[in-house]
Amino acid sequence: MSEPSSTAPKSAASRLFDIRLMIGGLFVVYGLLLTLYSFFTTAAELAKAADININRWLGLGMLALGLFFLIWARLRPLLPPDPDAIDMTRPLQH
Amino acid sequence: MTQLDVNLFDYLILGIYFALVVTIGLLARRAIATSEDFLLSGRSLPAWVTGLAFISANLGAIEILGMAANGAKYGLSTVHFYWIGAVPAMVFLGLVMMPFYYGSRVRSVPEYLRRRFNAPTHLFNAISFAVAAVLTAGVNLYALALVIEALIGWPSWLSIILAATFVLVYITLGGLSGAIYNEVLQFFVILAGLIPLVVIGLKDVGGWSGLQRRVIEETELGPEAFSTWAGTQVGAWTNPLGDWIGIVMGLGFVLSFGYWTTNFAEVQRALSAKDLSAAERTPLIGAYPKIFIPALTIIPGLIAIVIVPELGKEGSGTTYNDAIPLLMNHYLPNGALGIALAGLLAAFMAGMAANVSSFNTVFTYDIWQTYIRKNFPDHYYLNVGRIVTVAGIVIGIGTAFIAAGYNNIMDYIQLLFSFFNAPLFATFIIAMFWKRTTPWAGLAGLIAGTLGAGVFHLIGPKIAYFHAGQTLAGPANAQMINFYGAIAAFLADAVVTVIVTLLTTPKPVSELAGLVWGVPDPAAGDPHAGYVRKWWESPKLLGFTALAIVFVLSLLFI
Repeated sequence: MSEPSSTAPKSAASRLFDIRLMIGGLFVVYGLLLTLYSFFTTAAELAKAADININRWLGLGMLALGLFFLIWARLRPLLPPDPDAIDMTRPLQH
Repeated sequence: MTQLDVNLFDYLILGIYFALVVTIGLLARRAIATSEDFLLSGRSLPAWVTGLAFISANLGAIEILGMAANGAKYGLSTVHFYWIGAVPAMVFLGLVMMPFYYGSRVRSVPEYLRRRFNAPTHLFNAISFAVAAVLTAGVNLYALALVIEALIGWPSWLSIILAATFVLVYITLGGLSGAIYNEVLQFFVILAGLIPLVVIGLKDVGGWSGLQRRVIEETELGPEAFSTWAGTQVGAWTNPLGDWIGIVMGLGFVLSFGYWTTNFAEVQRALSAKDLSAAERTPLIGAYPKIFIPALTIIPGLIAIVIVPELGKEGSGTTYNDAIPLLMNHYLPNGALGIALAGLLAAFMAGMAANVSSFNTVFTYDIWQTYIRKNFPDHYYLNVGRIVTVAGIVIGIGTAFIAAGYNNIMDYIQLLFSFFNAPLFATFIIAMFWKRTTPWAGLAGLIAGTLGAGVFHLIGPKIAYFHAGQTLAGPANAQMINFYGAIAAFLADAVVTVIVTLLTTPKPVSELAGLVWGVPDPAAGDPHAGYVRKWWESPKLLGFTALAIVFVLSLLFI
């Protein structure tokens, strides 16, 4: 059995990307696709969905949520990786 | 279940989603240099991410389909699984237990038991958890295959291999970060899938009042469908979930606290938070969606029995679990259908990934590092973690077929809970608040509790009180037997823990620093020292507000 290595690798967790960009991107794409598709809704589809053009509403809703995440990520970006700041036992701010 | 009319546009939506799932795994890989990066996300995530992952790890497709099934079968009484059966335990985890878990720097729930008790207690819990996690992963995979076969017509072997491969890719590469990020994404997609069903369905049946009228007039559920506590009196229960003792003590206390506060698949999400404050807020943030999710599961269940009155009846070729797929087929045009399908498939994979990503952590740290290969360099355990992830998925595929023998998936999961989780909470609560509790009392209590659950499972169905009408002639109430079985497990564990504690030697208090109430770890310092929180980040405020909302809702829907 060997001793724990003194050159233990440092955590790379600060290199993790921002999930808000993924959620935002996906929902903007879905929102645009659904909204466009909703212009081709047939009468039969409308009747099926209790006369709601659901793709339009869902598309616009998803677009709004996607934009919310993108704007949030833009206004409050993740802190840039700072290798000296990785003290796991103490809060970083204040 | 009828096959869905899926077109190319739906497949495009599915394709984009699955491409993103893999991308998240690939990108998260860059952030992994140590075993803790892989197995605990390097303890770096913000509270809103871990909080949504916390609820998403529970919001698997089995849960969604199962709760819609319960809604169709029992009506509004199903809210007991959410309000009394989840929220109080989540608040307790955040406010009371998280300082012990996160503050003591343990890497898993079994590791807490090792430091609080001894190696045998630890091993018993680590192995029983690992087995349960792999079984649950297999159940998810099997259920996914059944649903895809029914909805899209793909053979079950194909969907099992495909779904397992996607999960394999994103959690073997991205580790817990890959799992958690996908869970957060899945949370929003499943909401986007379910909300249209509720909106269209409610408009179709004439709104909430129309739904009430039609369920009462046209279905066998009758007026009881819209009360939650009616018929729960002890001795002469008629509520589909039995009497209030079973609901409050069995479901609300033992099962719920056992699941939410000691199930590592949940607690792991909080341990990956970046600091104690974020860890405390993880289950509290998760509690808010949990309060309102019943609107997206129970209401579709009730709409389904109005639209398809023969749902779940013998000879109709349907089961209650078909409620949501039936509504998707009935209401959703292509496009919205693709979103709902993506959400459902994502929820199945999340249910599997949450279990595999907690299984690999317990196996790597608690079994491999603790008992088999100690003191190797960290890189070695990172590799072990990756290999165990692959092995867990392969075993999950195998165990998928164990689930095939059971008809109601939720009952099967509940059965697992009552065997493994019910005794756990008794042990934890006594261990945290009674510092004399001895190492051997931990093991003895857990074994007694598990045996208690098993024995009750055998004798419960033979007791007339647990049958409809309180006579053996009526059908047995499986939920009620589970609830009382959990109470039996809890009592067996508690009694044996106390007796063994009084007969054996406790650990010196110096070894319990940071692990029990009233014995702080002097080396840890004040975890909140110098940390100025914004007022809305206060765990107490978040927790008590959640409880207040549940209380008001419970009164409204009494």
